[in-house]
Amino acid sequence: MNSLNHEAPMWEDAFGISWLDFNLSNVLMMFVASLIVFILGVAATRNMQRYPTGFQNFMEWLIDFIKGIIGSNMDWRTGRLFLPLGLTLFAYIFVANMLGVVTNGVVGHTLWWKSPTADPGITLTLATLVVVLSHYYGVKLRGGGEYAKGFVRPLPFLLPFKIIEEFSNTLTLGLRLYGNIYAGEILLGLLVGLATTGIGGFIGATVPMVAWMGFSTFIGFIQAFIFVMLTMVYLSHKVSEDH
Amino acid sequence: MQGFTESLVLGAGGLNIGDMIVQLVFFLGLLALLGKFAWGPLMKMMKEREDYVANEINTAEKSREEAQRMQREASEELKATRQDAQNIIEDARKTAGQQEKDILESARAEAERMKESARQEIEQEKEKAVQALKDQVASMSVMIASKVIEKELSQKDQEALINQYIDEAGEER
Repeated sequence: MNSLNHEAPMWEDAFGISWLDFNLSNVLMMFVASLIVFILGVAATRNMQRYPTGFQNFMEWLIDFIKGIIGSNMDWRTGRLFLPLGLTLFAYIFVANMLGVVTNGVVGHTLWWKSPTADPGITLTLATLVVVLSHYYGVKLRGGGEYAKGFVRPLPFLLPFKIIEEFSNTLTLGLRLYGNIYAGEILLGLLVGLATTGIGGFIGATVPMVAWMGFSTFIGFIQAFIFVMLTMVYLSHKVSEDH
Repeated sequence: MQGFTESLVLGAGGLNIGDMIVQLVFFLGLLALLGKFAWGPLMKMMKEREDYVANEINTAEKSREEAQRMQREASEELKATRQDAQNIIEDARKTAGQQEKDILESARAEAERMKESARQEIEQEKEKAVQALKDQVASMSVMIASKVIEKELSQKDQEALINQYIDEAGEER
């Protein structure tokens, strides 16, 4: 139960504003994840050639991968607009997930190093951003009238369900990511706790820990994929003509 | 234990407005920066390559068509040339046949003409000879007749006459 008793490095009532709380560990990890993604992205696109080699190949594969996700949901003519969003979302979420798998860092009793995506507030923020963007592009690309009609299509009495759907989409999108990553971290924390109990515990924890880290890597990839996939599904519901 | 349940439900820190704001700012910043420094150039490069490949394919297609067209032209030209050559040979053959016929014809006509003129000459010679013979016969008959008349002449005279005659005959020749 070690990891669960760790405290978060909170900065409450920041600047004297009563509702403004920061979890400094989250802030740190968000910064680290953003920095890694940015450095990787820039490093991969320096020195680009028409005949791609090495890292550039990998980035182009990534672009094709995201293109595939978008292409399976909407027409590429509108979909190309969302390619940078999908790429950044995928890269950021994947890196964020991996940060917690590689290691959890504890300083004293304070949990500093973890996945930022193991926090519901952060995943819900991303989910809300996506849903708000889908409404924004719905209005922008199809006009206010068509956008509003989307809520009463195919049948008017679906209106309440459609409105509820927007909120449930946001919640499920955010909490799915949070739940998966947080669960992975809890189990990793428990295994670390077991490993620190003694020599027998260490030996007993090693094998499941390695297995679970491998599985968490897989989960981290899958969750990033699912997040981007659902992002594109929601966007396509709002911007495509046939929905 | 209450901390345990709370953390199971809401995670280590719960919902912190500050985190959300920071996440939003970071993500939008990351989106903008990556769009400017990474995705933009990368996608531009990919587009460029796409255009390049499409262009190359177009060019290849065009040059292939060009080559095909030229090949067609060349083969047509070859066919025409062959036809021309055939015509020329045919003409030559025809002309040669005509000439052969002409030459033969003229040779035959020439031979005919020569034969004709030879025959005419022969005819003329023959008539001339016959005429000469006739003349001679006539003169000899006269001479014989006169000789027969001169028989009544003297032996001596007769002898002289014969001799004279023989001489004359010798001269005549």
